[in-house]
Amino acid sequence: MDYILNIMGPLLEGTAVTLQVFGATLVLAVPLGLALALIRLSRFRAASTAVAGYVWLMRGTPLMLQMLFIYFALPFVPVIGIRLPDFPAAIVAFVLNYAAYFAEIFRAGIQSVGRGQYEAAQVLGMSRAQTMRRIILPQMVKRILPPMSNETITLVKDTSLIYVLAMNDLLRAARGIVQRDFTTMPFVVAAAFYLVMTLLLTWGFMRLEKKYAVYDD
Amino acid sequence: MPSTTTEPMIRAAHLHKRFGDHEVLKGVSLEIGKGEVIAVIGPSGSGKSTFLRCLNQLERIDRGEIVIEGETLVTTDANGHCRYAPDKEARRICAKMGMVFQHFNLFPHLSVLGNLIEAPMTVKGLSREASVPVAEELLRKVGLFAKCDAYPSQLSGGQKQRVAIARALAMAPDIMLFDEPTSALDPELTGEVLRTMRQLADEHMTMLVVTHEMAFARDVSTRTVFMDGGDIVEAGAPGDLFGNPQQPRTQAFLNHMR
Repeated sequence: MDYILNIMGPLLEGTAVTLQVFGATLVLAVPLGLALALIRLSRFRAASTAVAGYVWLMRGTPLMLQMLFIYFALPFVPVIGIRLPDFPAAIVAFVLNYAAYFAEIFRAGIQSVGRGQYEAAQVLGMSRAQTMRRIILPQMVKRILPPMSNETITLVKDTSLIYVLAMNDLLRAARGIVQRDFTTMPFVVAAAFYLVMTLLLTWGFMRLEKKYAVYDD
Repeated sequence: MPSTTTEPMIRAAHLHKRFGDHEVLKGVSLEIGKGEVIAVIGPSGSGKSTFLRCLNQLERIDRGEIVIEGETLVTTDANGHCRYAPDKEARRICAKMGMVFQHFNLFPHLSVLGNLIEAPMTVKGLSREASVPVAEELLRKVGLFAKCDAYPSQLSGGQKQRVAIARALAMAPDIMLFDEPTSALDPELTGEVLRTMRQLADEHMTMLVVTHEMAFARDVSTRTVFMDGGDIVEAGAPGDLFGNPQQPRTQAFLNHMR
């Protein structure tokens, strides 16, 4: 027990890094994903196709590779090449990657709302933007909660990938202690930390689902 | 252009519409005067719903002209090109018409009251304080004031359709379009919807009703229009059309309906 209390300090510091990556990614990738979904569904063919290509690229290559590319290779790319410190590089990679997945979830949610809803809004005089904001998106939210719950839980665990940029997230902190003390106990504690985080997320999404259960489609 | 007093509420002239190879409307023309209640009857696939949906731009016509209360929604130039009013203008013109759908299309995420005040607030920019009393009054009128806070999924089909009628009326339209408003209802629920529509007709609302309810067409409409094969075959006072149809196709349809 004393040992666990002893390693708590570095593990909590690691958890803080994990939560920062998680939080920043969520806050930035959700709006970007929504924008991508709306462009994907827009009438502008070229823009829609470009987003489809973007999603393919982001889902088709490993997140770790994307992170390594942004950190190590981006500085050498002409014109847009800039050198990012490790934390911003990780965030950029996570946001670009997760926005692609979110975009697909949002697109599915938007497309699951029937044509009758658009027609009802149209005959009441609502513009496309008003229809989207007031009628379609609120209904989308209810439908995307289960896949969003999935994706955010995956994100919690994906944050452990930032070890490749030598950042001390929860898992890397645990591994450091394991290698130092020759005991696997830190892995067990780290697992418990991840489980607590995902439990909180699961609980939060359950509450949201309950809130939206007041109406049926 | 004549003054607005002689201008009909809706003037549709030579409407053509095709879906792929199938020509759904083959030059439909109809004028609707103020306070008229027009029932459009005909076999399924006759183009009657498409005709209605063209009037408020749910479908775009390929050729023809639609004028609503003297304002041109769409016209066809000498080269045969359809010219619609600009987007915002077209929306304003179409807002003179309320519409009720076969499948209600209520907004499931909003309460009954929310369904009624949504458009007055977002489209007309009215305050909540201004919209709610109007909405409540309309709900009283359709007998559903008690359901203010209910969600659409908690209502029966007949109640949903009455809410849909109230929602359309909340925008204070001059004309009401009904697209088979009772076709999705259990037979025992059609009566309450038809009663609400009859009440509207009694208040001299201009109405265009696509329906399979022959009794409603016969008893409530001021003019009945029979459509078949993408065009109007026969139109007239319901007494004449039902009692003494002139066209063989009308006779065959009415015989079949009996």
